[in-house]
Amino acid sequence: MAEHETPVDPSDATNPGPANRGEDPVALLEFRGVNTHYGAVHILKDVDLAIYPGELVCLLGGNASGKSTTLKTLLGMVTPTTGDVVLDGEVVNDKSTSYRVERGVTMVPENRRLFKRLSVKENLELGAYLRNDKAGINEDLDRIYTMFPRVKERLSQKAGTLSGGEQQMVAMGRALMSRPRVLLMDEPSMGLAPALVQTNFELIQQIHSEGVAIFMVEQNANMALSIADRGWVLQTGKVVLDDTADALLANEQLRSAYLGH
Amino acid sequence: MIPTAAVEATSDSAPTGFAWRRDGLQWNSVEVEWRKVINWGGLCALGLVFIALSGMLVGLDGRPVLQRYFSLGYLAMVWLPLLLGQAVNNEVVREGIAGRPRGAGDLLAGATVGGLGGLGLGALILGIANFDLRDPLVNWSPQLLALLGFNQGNTFGFVVWILLGAALGMLGASLHLMGPDLRRLVGIVVGTVLFVAIFETIIVDLAKGFRLVFVTDFLYGLRGGLLAEGVVALAVVAGAAAVLGQGRIKEAKASLAALEGTERKWANAILLVVAAALLVIVPQFTGKITNELLANVGIFLLLALGLNIVVGLAGILDLGYVAFFAVGGYATAVLTSPRSNFLPAVCDTFLWFECEPASLPWALALVVVVIVAALTGLFIGAPVIRMRGDYLAIVTLGFGEIIRLLFLSDWLTGFFGGAQGVTNIPPADFGLFEVAGIDPRSVFYLVLFFCGVAIYISWRLERSRIGRAWMAIREDESVAEAMGINTVNMKLMAFVVGAILASFGGAIFAAKVGSIFPSSFLILVSIIILVVVIVGGIGNIPGVILGAVVLIGVLGGPKQPGLLQEFSQYKLLIYGALLIWMMLKRPEGLLPNARRTRELHQDEFLQDAWLKGEVDLDDDDPTGGRPAAEGTVPMETTPGDSASGEVAPA
Ligand SMILES: Nc1ncnc2c1ncn2[C@@H]1O[C@H](COP(=O)(O)OP(=O)(O)OP(=O)(O)O)[C@@H](O)[C@H]1O
Ligand SMILES: [Mg+2]
Repeated sequence: MAEHETPVDPSDATNPGPANRGEDPVALLEFRGVNTHYGAVHILKDVDLAIYPGELVCLLGGNASGKSTTLKTLLGMVTPTTGDVVLDGEVVNDKSTSYRVERGVTMVPENRRLFKRLSVKENLELGAYLRNDKAGINEDLDRIYTMFPRVKERLSQKAGTLSGGEQQMVAMGRALMSRPRVLLMDEPSMGLAPALVQTNFELIQQIHSEGVAIFMVEQNANMALSIADRGWVLQTGKVVLDDTADALLANEQLRSAYLGH
Repeated sequence: MIPTAAVEATSDSAPTGFAWRRDGLQWNSVEVEWRKVINWGGLCALGLVFIALSGMLVGLDGRPVLQRYFSLGYLAMVWLPLLLGQAVNNEVVREGIAGRPRGAGDLLAGATVGGLGGLGLGALILGIANFDLRDPLVNWSPQLLALLGFNQGNTFGFVVWILLGAALGMLGASLHLMGPDLRRLVGIVVGTVLFVAIFETIIVDLAKGFRLVFVTDFLYGLRGGLLAEGVVALAVVAGAAAVLGQGRIKEAKASLAALEGTERKWANAILLVVAAALLVIVPQFTGKITNELLANVGIFLLLALGLNIVVGLAGILDLGYVAFFAVGGYATAVLTSPRSNFLPAVCDTFLWFECEPASLPWALALVVVVIVAALTGLFIGAPVIRMRGDYLAIVTLGFGEIIRLLFLSDWLTGFFGGAQGVTNIPPADFGLFEVAGIDPRSVFYLVLFFCGVAIYISWRLERSRIGRAWMAIREDESVAEAMGINTVNMKLMAFVVGAILASFGGAIFAAKVGSIFPSSFLILVSIIILVVVIVGGIGNIPGVILGAVVLIGVLGGPKQPGLLQEFSQYKLLIYGALLIWMMLKRPEGLLPNARRTRELHQDEFLQDAWLKGEVDLDDDDPTGGRPAAEGTVPMETTPGDSASGEVAPA
């Protein structure tokens, strides 16, 4: 992933975005009419969505609307009952999670979920579990240390004893260690202090600016839409809105439901 | 990092010279926390009455420790007031907080604890003399009464126990008044004498092998406990060795630790070779009893190493591990024994021709055994690993019993012999030498080889990618999956590797014992192996080895006698007590895995780091920075400056 090598200023005009879609019509990750069930309970209902390379998109929705389930289904931890999950044009319904991780799909789970009793270094190394190129792994570790100097200071500390902000950095670092092409982030700002939320979004934009597509689940709709290209709104498992970020921000229905004004 | 914040007050910094006496003794200070002391005294009384009623005093009275004077039965009692008299005065050292002054107060507390213990026994004497409770309490007997009265009558016993208890408690407490050097000397002398007295059988056996019978003749005379002159001689020798050897071990360790790079590697290699050579050479000299013991320790070590992979590395709490031991044993039995009806029954039931028992040589059978064990591991593992935590533990427990009941069942009697088991299992023949139960030395060598293999496998796996995957699964299974780890395969793999190691144990066991019955594979075996792993130090290979030596070697396996044969009746009681004590005082095991210690003493580490100023409190580190003991609720908030400057501006 050569895109990693040169961090691009996010304010740069070459920032990848929806404009890329025209040139590259094959979606990186796609849902085609996906339905999922937990036991008998129907969660996702005929969901269609597509994430294109280099995009920053977000999924909004209330509690228990199925946002985390969407991410888990994309990553293969939940299997759709009907419909297809498509990765690079290939239907991957019956492919394992490791298959998808190997092909560049990585998740930052809800609440960060570090391996609390392992050291920071071990957490980062586990992010690169499927990789065998030692040199490349070390290179990526260095890159993460430059990105988060604080993480480097605490490599041997138990991850569970880090502060919330530091944990977020390690969680992102761990995800980046797999050299993802698309990062699935489940409520990255949950549990962070307001001031940190801002920094966190900046961080996401930085990662995005290096060419990684971001699919972000957020409750913080205002913030998420302000940096996203497009978004979907999920309501009890159904996609009720699918539009550009600007249009969503302007949407009366959404404003009253999620933006609180 | 060492949790200095909560180390018990047993070691103080030694002043220069031979520190006989503790510094700063204050005899006029008699501060005693009476509440605590009374509680401990009650504990002492309960403990003593329990030991007396458990039958140890009567049962072990026939085994003298000190000829004519002192039996193992009394020893089983007197340690308690001694220990509690010492322990009641232990204090947690906190940096910056001055400890209680030592002196008469300690002795008073110790004497009270011990005296209350003696009073408990006095009450027991009165009870036995006046009431008959033999019905519920089997050991509520005239013999017990006689022994409690030292054969001198009840009043004598009543008075003596109180005085004796108080004296013993005071003796225990006096350890706190000694300087570190004296305490060490006393410890070494008393320890040596007790060790030599208790382990008489094995010491005599060893002495025979090394042609040192004249020493044991001097110590034990015609056997049955130490002679008085033996005690004196031992004390003198041990004391001299302690004084002369003071600091030598530390020096040696320090100089070893000071070595660097290749030198260090060489030193380690040499130590390893020496240890291996000793293990190979020593059994040449030792007698049958010792070798039998070593062989048993080895078999259980093999099992414990396997279980350590499953529980310690992969975090799968398998309570039915004995199933794989049984499969290994039975597979070996039916493949090697000429009397096994297994193959004829298989041919008869499923095929159209007749056949003879397989009677394979052991080594060849082992290949099949490993395959069978691996398949059983897959077969049991596949449904089980989909469960987690408690459910998994209970289901494995069930499988452990199911396998045994299958071997026992009428339904499969034709194949496995039911309760009659499989007999006439021939020794393992390797051409040059033969491994048979009648020659425990050969069994030990075979076990040693397989333990070496198992240790090597565990060691390599732990440091491999697979080991890392297991670690991740143990910590958080679903996140491990999200990292791309194939959790199902990895857990199955742990199960299968564990099964194979257990089957080695079973195969050796079959060849050693020569016959195999379902009753050799009770669920108790699983539990004991698990206790070995837990007590030794879960997830740590040296710990598991130590656990096997201490528990199986000293106390004995489920059916195998250990060094303390006299205690075999009370083995499970001691196992249980030890386990409880460990869980309370040293949950990480005797030789802990560094990581697990971190987990279990996290609070102490944090306090420690905080006290030492390693964690900056001005830092935005609320979870790591403040001692958890203060009840700080970890908050996931961090001031906004934490990441600024590291992120490109938007
Ligand atoms: N493993 C499971 N088994 C059964 N039901 C589940 C499971 N996981 C989630 N659910 C249910 O599915 C629904 C959607 O859950 P999901 O986690 O996707 O919600 P969400 O949109 O992420 O909510 P939140 O914003 O609160 O995180 C919820 O009603 C939840 O209870
Ligand atoms: Mg969620």
